[in-house]
Amino acid sequence: MEALAEYALDIATEYGATYADVRIIQSESQNIQTKNNSVSGFQESGSYGLGVRTLLGGWGFSSTKDLTKPGIERAVRLAIETARASATCRQSPVTLLPEPPHKATWKSPCEVDPFTVSVEKKITTLLDAAKVMLAVPGITLATGELTFIREEKFFASSEGSRIKQEFIRSGCWIQANATNDDDQQRRSWPQQYGQQELAGWEMVEKWDLVGNAQKIAEEAVALLSAPQCPQGEMDLILDSSQLALQIHESCGHPTELDRALRWEINFAGYSFLTPEKLHNLKYGSTIVNLVADATAPGALGSFGYDDDGVAAQRVFLVKDGTFSGYLSSRETGNEIGLTRSGGMMRAESWHYTPIIRMTNISLVPGSAGKLADIIANTESGIFMETNKSWSIDGRRYNFQFSTEIGWEIKNGKLGRMLKNPSYSGITPQFWNSCDAIGGAEEYVHWGLPNCGKGQPCQLMWTGHGASPARFRKTQVGIARSK
Amino acid sequence: MNQEERARAIIDVALAHAKGKVDDIEITVSSSNEATSRFAVNNMTQNQSPEYERVAVRVLVDGKQTRLTSDIGPPQDIVALVDKTIYAAKLLESEDDLLRLAPAPASNLYQAVNRFDEKTAAFSPQDRADIVRQIIHTAQKHNVEAAGTCVSGERSTAIGNSQNLFAFYRESAAEISITMTAPNSSGWVKENAVSMNDLNPEALAEKASEKAIKSKDPIDLEPGHYAVILEPSAVLDLLCFLWYDFSATSHIDKLSCLLDKQGQAVFGKAVTITDNCAHPLQSGEPFDGEGQPRQKVTLVSNGNFENMILGRKSAHQLGLPATGHGLPQPDGYGEYATNIVVSGGNTSLNDMIANSERAIYLTRVWYVREVDPRTKLLTGVTQDGTFLVEKGAIKTGIKNMRFNVSLIELLNNIIALGPAVRAAGEEGSPAVVPAMQIGDFNFTERSLF
Repeated sequence: MEALAEYALDIATEYGATYADVRIIQSESQNIQTKNNSVSGFQESGSYGLGVRTLLGGWGFSSTKDLTKPGIERAVRLAIETARASATCRQSPVTLLPEPPHKATWKSPCEVDPFTVSVEKKITTLLDAAKVMLAVPGITLATGELTFIREEKFFASSEGSRIKQEFIRSGCWIQANATNDDDQQRRSWPQQYGQQELAGWEMVEKWDLVGNAQKIAEEAVALLSAPQCPQGEMDLILDSSQLALQIHESCGHPTELDRALRWEINFAGYSFLTPEKLHNLKYGSTIVNLVADATAPGALGSFGYDDDGVAAQRVFLVKDGTFSGYLSSRETGNEIGLTRSGGMMRAESWHYTPIIRMTNISLVPGSAGKLADIIANTESGIFMETNKSWSIDGRRYNFQFSTEIGWEIKNGKLGRMLKNPSYSGITPQFWNSCDAIGGAEEYVHWGLPNCGKGQPCQLMWTGHGASPARFRKTQVGIARSK
Repeated sequence: MNQEERARAIIDVALAHAKGKVDDIEITVSSSNEATSRFAVNNMTQNQSPEYERVAVRVLVDGKQTRLTSDIGPPQDIVALVDKTIYAAKLLESEDDLLRLAPAPASNLYQAVNRFDEKTAAFSPQDRADIVRQIIHTAQKHNVEAAGTCVSGERSTAIGNSQNLFAFYRESAAEISITMTAPNSSGWVKENAVSMNDLNPEALAEKASEKAIKSKDPIDLEPGHYAVILEPSAVLDLLCFLWYDFSATSHIDKLSCLLDKQGQAVFGKAVTITDNCAHPLQSGEPFDGEGQPRQKVTLVSNGNFENMILGRKSAHQLGLPATGHGLPQPDGYGEYATNIVVSGGNTSLNDMIANSERAIYLTRVWYVREVDPRTKLLTGVTQDGTFLVEKGAIKTGIKNMRFNVSLIELLNNIIALGPAVRAAGEEGSPAVVPAMQIGDFNFTERSLF
């Protein structure tokens, strides 16, 4: 890989690039899907290619899987031609924040290489879970999925960085569906679309699909006859997985500096967290601390270095309730006077140019103890678990989430199960109503592997650490048809 | 060697190597070189020209099947991929009722489509930059700020199998998307076509600018039930959540909102929906993921749910003929309608506005998601040009609002339809849909802008 990258950089420099970087990525993946008692999909995939980014006043990017010298030269020349064309549509040339060159290697943690585990064992795990789900009367569809990805990435820049990284990602998911003449309900484990981590087969065993199959199946069936979520303003407790998506949508995305600079307004959207609000806006209550932490071991959004060649960092986005930082890059950081990039540039694969992406955007644990403690300290309200639906406006103000299941809370105890729970609000008002955050004992680094952004749309794996938390006087139950 | 010859050569290598080792083999070769120039704040911000070529090999052996994909390499890589796929298949359990691959259909069953424009396929970075400069110039002329994309290139798909099936398709692709931003308002347009000649960058830039300018200083409106006028892209980004409900597999799995309603009136009489890959405003291959000819299927006729679409597997399960809509197999989702045509009417947007006593005119819906699969309840927000219509005229721009709307209720509440056009959105793939005037639309909350 190194020699190919050096060759590409030499050509880019020769053609006049003021900056160039090359990513060569080799990856393999395995995906197994089951539906009821059979395997519905077994797919493996491999990929090996090079992406080259060049700067000549404006950006150019090209990619190729043809890793011969002529193939690489063709890709570099196209990136150069593209950069020159970009420069004709700019009022001023692109400039980058400085970053020292890094010569480094980094590897994600993995106890049991998932590619050494037999296919038979993987399928048995899913089918055993399906058998348990289907044994619950009323279950009409039981699905399961395992995903494993290995990626080796070599980054080289014209500034001298030479960085090797190796990632192993593992994911697991089961879902139970119940349908009758009037309704359709589902429950998922560990969360909607499953859980993914930078880890090996050990994460599949940790999440114990078979051991949790009966519970979700029984809940899916019970939801069919459960009462509807009430409508009104009430205290709301979110489980950590739903809170992870809340953080993703209402903190992660609006703190992306490219959005705040209106660079993503045509597709992904804008942000209410505009630069003049930095260090001035009371984003949340004083117990709310949110960090972008690319160094969290095993969390899905971790890495050693980003695709700008910047070292992974832990950066406060919200400190003691105040908006205090952005997800930034070497280019965007320059626009608002930062001295160093936060290191958040990543591309989905070698096919794409990097853009600002969430790393692990996490809510720092609080002092409210366990979920049971928060419920015990809540006189009246609702507890919602496992995301089902999500939507937020183009500036990340108004949101609405639904979850798979909810529970009444009365006098500090869980009461009736509720179907179709939903809540909505305005981001800063919502986070300012947060008055209890669970402790480290129930903190989970949830992985969201499918965050879409950019044009063409790139999917990215992001992480979100959270403990359960409570939000006072939240609008609940507005999502319903006639 | 052209694209088709190159794809055929790859397929032939795989077929020859697999002979005698498998019961069946299917090879799919996909490639694209669609380039995207992105601009924002009146500057080119990103510009990428990626290259994409993949080969997928599916084998059936001893009642087992699997599918492996890889970047296309030299012949020895194709051979290695076939061997790896055979090895992987043998690790699996046998499947009950595993269908052998289908023999080649008669060539006349493939609907004839020609969607390739050499000039668009060969657009250079400078050609796209010239268009972007034109759009930025229009923005500057109106004192608004331009963001968006200009896309050009081509894509192709070839599929062949051991039953002598071979099908090849390529098309060119052009797309322009623009957001114009004013101090407290914005406007958006998006169109795509086979040829860049069919897109008018200046007219699109003017249209987005006009929406931004007309919606300036938006007022707050009380949420509640309103009549609405939906531009075609808004219609597309709502209705696309319904397409999978016509899939036979969604009925077998009891996931469709139209479960057990085939043959019944499910929508208003104005609603007729077909899937027709040969429609002149459509794009995409005339064959499905197994190379089967896509057939024209009437899904809804005058409000009646007439037909489902079927891949070979769901057709076999239900004892019905396949319609050529299968996804690449093996896949649990079964099939998908990729060429939707919603029949239109003859009421123009201007007429819809003129005949409205009080309504909200939505030019774009944003971040739409399904809330309840059974009632097909969707939520989303308005964006980039939302207007209050009173007494037959646009009165003012309004601040954005969240809605919660059942698609089933919406399609039973149509007042008028515009002519069907090719529409592009952000939630669903382009389709042919009309503007719609709807009697009741439930806005549940306000946003702050």
